[in-house]
Amino acid sequence: MATEAGHHDHHELNFWQKYIFSVDHKIIGLQYMFTGIFMALIGGFFVYCFRMQLAFPGMEVPFFGVVNPGEYNSLVTNHGTIMIFWVAMPVLIAAFGNILIPLMIGCDDMVFPRINRLSYQIFLLSAIVLIASFFVPGGGFGGAWTAYPPLSSQYDYNLTPLGSTLWVVAVALEFVAFLLGGINFITTLMNARAPGMKMYDIPIVVWMIVIASILFMASVGPLIAGAIMLIFDQTLNTGFFDPAQGGDPVLWQHLFWFFGHPEVYVVLLPAMGIVADVMCVFSRKKLFAYKTVLYTAVATGILSFFVWAHHQFISGIDPRMANVFTVTTVLISIPIAEMCFVYIATLYGGSITLSTPMLFALAFVFEFLIGGVTGIFLGASGADIYFHDTYFVLAHFHYTFVPIAIIAVFAGIYHWYPKMFGRLMNEFWGKVHFWGTCISFNFIFIPLFYLGAAGQHRRIYNYEAWPELASPEFQTLRQVATCALIVMILSQIPFFINFFWSMFKGKKAGDNPWNATTLEWACPSPPPHGNFAEYPTVYRGPYEYSVPGRSSDFWPQHEKG
Amino acid sequence: MNSLLETIESWVRFFPMMEWIIESASSFAYQIDFIITFIAILTGFWLFLAEGILIYFVIKFSKKRNPTAQYITGEKKEEMKWIHLPHNAVLVCDIFVIIFAIHVWYGIKQDLPKAEETVRIIGQQWSWVVVHPGLDKQLDTDDDVVMVDELRLKVGTTYHYKLEAKDVMHSFSIPVFRLKQDAIPGRVITGWFKPTKEGTYDLQCAEMCGIGHGIMGGRVVVQSPSDHNSWLTSKAKI
Repeated sequence: MATEAGHHDHHELNFWQKYIFSVDHKIIGLQYMFTGIFMALIGGFFVYCFRMQLAFPGMEVPFFGVVNPGEYNSLVTNHGTIMIFWVAMPVLIAAFGNILIPLMIGCDDMVFPRINRLSYQIFLLSAIVLIASFFVPGGGFGGAWTAYPPLSSQYDYNLTPLGSTLWVVAVALEFVAFLLGGINFITTLMNARAPGMKMYDIPIVVWMIVIASILFMASVGPLIAGAIMLIFDQTLNTGFFDPAQGGDPVLWQHLFWFFGHPEVYVVLLPAMGIVADVMCVFSRKKLFAYKTVLYTAVATGILSFFVWAHHQFISGIDPRMANVFTVTTVLISIPIAEMCFVYIATLYGGSITLSTPMLFALAFVFEFLIGGVTGIFLGASGADIYFHDTYFVLAHFHYTFVPIAIIAVFAGIYHWYPKMFGRLMNEFWGKVHFWGTCISFNFIFIPLFYLGAAGQHRRIYNYEAWPELASPEFQTLRQVATCALIVMILSQIPFFINFFWSMFKGKKAGDNPWNATTLEWACPSPPPHGNFAEYPTVYRGPYEYSVPGRSSDFWPQHEKG
Repeated sequence: MNSLLETIESWVRFFPMMEWIIESASSFAYQIDFIITFIAILTGFWLFLAEGILIYFVIKFSKKRNPTAQYITGEKKEEMKWIHLPHNAVLVCDIFVIIFAIHVWYGIKQDLPKAEETVRIIGQQWSWVVVHPGLDKQLDTDDDVVMVDELRLKVGTTYHYKLEAKDVMHSFSIPVFRLKQDAIPGRVITGWFKPTKEGTYDLQCAEMCGIGHGIMGGRVVVQSPSDHNSWLTSKAKI
């Protein structure tokens, strides 16, 4: 932090120093992003395998083989685990946080660059431990990503003696990595802002990532304690979750969901932030009611600590408790709805360009609204009696998580790609990618809403045992969902080609290809180690677009006068 | 207030959305269907409105139609009302949802009507063990009938269930009854249901319970009291 800009390039760094053991926030951000994308490929392969089994039970799945029940459980469990902990978290928080925070607040690096590097290294270790767990004798853990004991805590029940322990160890390591990263984000935002940047001058995306980091740090403690207890139960035969030894299996559910529900907002808020920034740039509009967005994000964060037991309405908690959690859960719809209204209001009076990042940002709002309203059914205790653990729940949270971890992430990647690599991505292939992804996404999950409403329960490898669910009509719906999934997976091919091709052959972007106002566009693309040739001073808020009486329609934060 | 709620309930019942998807066969199924349909109508309205406005704005304020954007901070009072208005509308809808949800929940999970008979349900890896009371209608007597993966009930009878789990968590679920309750090792959970329609239905385990979770299914057979009794008699002979 204290070093002067430009002093970093004293000596040439070799490949290992520059890309593998770097302390530069941008490189660490890219490490997180590439690791996250790699893990997404694994998670995507898993969903392909088990969806094929569901659509065509017993078939020899190409590139995998026959999916037996144990493998099926392991595939669904690790699909969930990977997509939340090794894709959404690293890409949305760690990758975008690392790349964007120092650039957008106008400083040269994170406050603790070496802690930052340690954070990534622990994260990488956690990913390796998780991948290793698929190949140990007995196979990977298959007790669902929520890992309810006693199934997860006793080998006699889960039949994956090594897989289940490695799974918990990997998750615990991953939390350590994000705690270290979160400390960095919060400290950097509070201490390293450019001169003149007041609290309300901070871009929303930076606020969102930092609020998410605070939420994560405040909620993860109980789960780390729970994970340690679970490891002890597994390996030392302690009885924290074993009723025969005086333990309580429901205790785990409280610890897990006390973290697990804030976690939803931990990944939602950065996605909301990315979308806010992209929408302002491509509608040439100031963000509607900046302070409202900020306050609702904080309100959502606080409220999110009081809703966890809506995952446990029918899990044997005191039924009176459900009433309290219904109230808090249904009320959390208000700040979230408010944010969606603000985004729609931001479009009013704008001058909208439907570029690829903007399309993804709009699709985020469009799809997330569906995910949001279907959540009301599940928050209302009376309706949840029926919907709990059905495909309705599954379709609901995929309608939140896919917009968050896929659609908003693509909006962010297309938007900041020029800053990351100095070149533009191809617009035509970007749009092919967009339509392929978003249309097929709806065709996956709308049939699953219907199947869930018809009573189809989760984590079943074959519905033969239930005549009501084994009807040919339902099987057709399962096949529709699987075919749409394959289209969605194939639609990612243009993205990958575009991504790597543009890195070397794309059109040169220049410093500010989108005519945007925030500070990251004031430094070269890609920024050198140390970022800014001359540290910027901030004179105004982050979204001064189309200010009346000015010749250009954007007024950068660092422009004097 | 009560009459308002009843009026809403009677309107919503004109739209039996859930029964088009899955039949209902217990006394409280219609209450759950009601809350689901009520939420579907409310959220459906808001969803289509919000999506409609979103699409309308994207078309109306495209760069082609609107080359220069307006400067709106959204922090003036007359601008904020466009957020406050829907905000308050959502709040009112939420209050209705909460009232109905708690009302339905109370009737099904908190308020236990007096039982005419009691069955014991035991979840284990990977089957349901059902202990039916015999002709004496008492559990834990010699004429109890124990079945695996088969629950036999008399139509129109209010049952209590005593739900137990032997090894891991299971979840006792009968979709046509709109009934679901997790079974927890070390606890006995009491709940109730009242079948209203004769027939044979699916019995599920809705909580991941290990490698055999996908085969842990059973059947619920709801019969008239006389058929049920003759079944009990035939079992007693064995």
